[in-house]
Amino acid sequence: METITLLMGGFEQALTPTNIALAVFGSILGTIIGALPGLGPSNGVAILIPLAFAFGLEPTAALILMTSVYYGAMYGGRISSILLNMPGDEPALMTTLDGYPMAKQGKAGEALALSGLASFFGAFLATIGLVIAGPLLAEVAFLFGPAENFALYAMAFATLGGLASRNQGKAIFAAGLGLSLAMIGLDGPTGSTRYTGGHLHLMEGVDFLVAIVGLFAITEVLMFIEHQGKESAIGIKVGRITAPIKTVWHCTGTMIRGTAIGFIAGVLPGAGASLGSFLAYSVEKRISNKENTFGKGDPRGVAAPEAGNNAAAGGALIPMLTLGIPGSGTTAVMLALLMTMNITPGPLLFAEKPDLVWGLIAALFIANIVLLILNIPMVGIFVRLLMVPSRILMPLVAMVAFAGIYSISGSLFDIGLMVAFGVLGYILRKLGIPAVPIILGILLGNQMEKHLRRALTISDGELAILWSSPISISLWAIAITGLIAPLLLRRYLRPRNQKS
Amino acid sequence: MLLNLSRQMVIGGVVGIAAIATASTASAQFRPSATECIAPAGVGGGWDFTCRSVGKALSDLDLVPGQVAVTNLSGGGGGVAFASVVSGRGDDNDLLVAASTATVTRLAQGLYADATADQVRWVGSLGADFGIIGVAVDSEIQSLSELMDMVIADPSSVAFAGGSAAGGFDHLKILQVAVAAGMDDVTQVKYVAFDGGGEAVTQLVGGFVQAFSGDISEATGFIRSGDMRVIAVLSEVRLPGEFDNIATAREQGLDVVSPNWRGFYTPVGASQASFDYWSEALKTIAASSEWQEVMTNNGLMPFAKSGADFQSFIDQQLVDIETLSRDIGIID
Repeated sequence: METITLLMGGFEQALTPTNIALAVFGSILGTIIGALPGLGPSNGVAILIPLAFAFGLEPTAALILMTSVYYGAMYGGRISSILLNMPGDEPALMTTLDGYPMAKQGKAGEALALSGLASFFGAFLATIGLVIAGPLLAEVAFLFGPAENFALYAMAFATLGGLASRNQGKAIFAAGLGLSLAMIGLDGPTGSTRYTGGHLHLMEGVDFLVAIVGLFAITEVLMFIEHQGKESAIGIKVGRITAPIKTVWHCTGTMIRGTAIGFIAGVLPGAGASLGSFLAYSVEKRISNKENTFGKGDPRGVAAPEAGNNAAAGGALIPMLTLGIPGSGTTAVMLALLMTMNITPGPLLFAEKPDLVWGLIAALFIANIVLLILNIPMVGIFVRLLMVPSRILMPLVAMVAFAGIYSISGSLFDIGLMVAFGVLGYILRKLGIPAVPIILGILLGNQMEKHLRRALTISDGELAILWSSPISISLWAIAITGLIAPLLLRRYLRPRNQKS
Repeated sequence: MLLNLSRQMVIGGVVGIAAIATASTASAQFRPSATECIAPAGVGGGWDFTCRSVGKALSDLDLVPGQVAVTNLSGGGGGVAFASVVSGRGDDNDLLVAASTATVTRLAQGLYADATADQVRWVGSLGADFGIIGVAVDSEIQSLSELMDMVIADPSSVAFAGGSAAGGFDHLKILQVAVAAGMDDVTQVKYVAFDGGGEAVTQLVGGFVQAFSGDISEATGFIRSGDMRVIAVLSEVRLPGEFDNIATAREQGLDVVSPNWRGFYTPVGASQASFDYWSEALKTIAASSEWQEVMTNNGLMPFAKSGADFQSFIDQQLVDIETLSRDIGIID
């Protein structure tokens, strides 16, 4: 009951004309930032910080603006994933797997509508989760030490098999390549640099955004140049942006599962939105891929990761607010904003600054409604943005990619690295090696290794620490089942599935 | 709102020009025009905070006309910005670069390739975040000496969590304490590197490590909530305000002082007049009530040094860190 009173107070704060205007502005801006490959949510929020200062916004108003951009980018990322096969930001990576095939079958409108709905579903439920259990859920973070986190990552990689490619060997090669690239940079446990060749720019490792933009956007531009504009990826008919009720109904279970997985991944500081959408997709594939339709344009392959990444975005606010731990680049920027506004996140934030917290939560609900409207009935506007003729769009994509990457670090080195990834992506595409596992390797490999090294430092090299708690034992059990079960199942299913 | 804003800007501008006029009579012929502050890391980190909060203060106190432009030039743990200032911006009068103890640590350990600390000028500091050693609230350990006795008796019995990489400042802090406690082989101290102080504190509260080495600002939320107990602060005297019940390491017989200062360096070729202007400007900010508020809210303690005083402090810190890093085998 008390929660409802507090939430109503929050709505009172958030529902001023200025704040609603900020939420609408932030949602539109966020969707555009999310949709443009090369500009991620963390750039978007970072660009806005000086603006918030310049306008002298109140903490609540500034947070409303930032969170609308944050949620907006999570919605927008899917648009370019589906239409261009380029993830607009890193959590939208998994949406390319089935979203783009759907678009090629002329079902782009359906994919957009369904993913918009799934995004809303995930984000809305996650915000409710934040209301009901925010401060309590923060305690979950205390249960995950290095060993438990390592088991979680191991579980994610165990379910990777066959993802994104017909050819297991090629997918494993790609994941290995990504994991190797993740090794570059300063090695935390020893403080020495690895594989940097003494190069200062590589000391902090390969930025995954550079890799994503290179492997997807730049590669696409190169393919376009090769085909001299005749046969480009973007000859897609969008069609009407609605999803048949039957499809939506069919995906309800998918969305619930995706939301649950994403939300948990978001709450865990060691995991985050990318792991959330990755797990949501791979678990859904394990459960539902009975007719081997995943990766060929299965609507559930779009609904699962979109519900997952939006739920994770909501979940990630919990450790940020209550523990001061940013689960992603974007929450890190928002945390910095809070600090400069004299708000210290911590276990007492909900008790000490109820106005702010509940105002923020109310703002999340408002942003979600605005985004639902923007992303289903009005998505056509954003689509038109991307549906200009290829000969105009492709130079634009290249331009945004160069400008976006330069804005992250202000260094030309990253631009060079991005182009190198583009060329690598082009070669790999010719060889039929998928790019998605490479990104997952870079994105998650680093964290996974750090957790392992920490666990082993604590235990003085004793491996038993890795399976010494009920949580880690359960995670390992799931991982092993995930790895072996498909092999056994395949043996039974093979004769029937031979044709598909 | 817009109208209001532009009026403020006009008034600010007029006052600003007046203030600059008075300031410039004091320090020869330098007037800032388009001041830039480089934060050698991404948005959201400590250096970014330094640039933005000091930039705002410079502008609020009318020490610069208009706003200070903040540029995030990340990479190499600050090394990319350092190299770029040395090679390309060597005589820019209107440039401040955010720095902290981490900058000096990396310079001392040779992590900025061939760069050395004398390739820039250290203009001043505005505050410091002091080091602390903490334990979980239900820990049996009551004092720093008790903790160090345990470490000396059995180094593997205590894992320290910190937010910096091995060899970084959170690690060095605990090694300094170990040296002061008379430990023979400090390389045996078990240090676990996490991504930032917040994550390290969470691991302490969760019971995965036995102690935390970090800065007071990283732990404020957890101290207030009663999840963490600070057994020593590494400052010369006790901290003011709500933390005045925390004993210093010095009081407990371990003479370690570890300030993580926040300040700036400027290009070596910038004019003496501009150097003087900026060091005076930083003094003005440090003395202002606006800055006091920023410090209180962010767990910073007074630590204002400028000019020759700051330079000699930096020289000493470089020597200390280099010696310690050599002793523990991080550099050879």
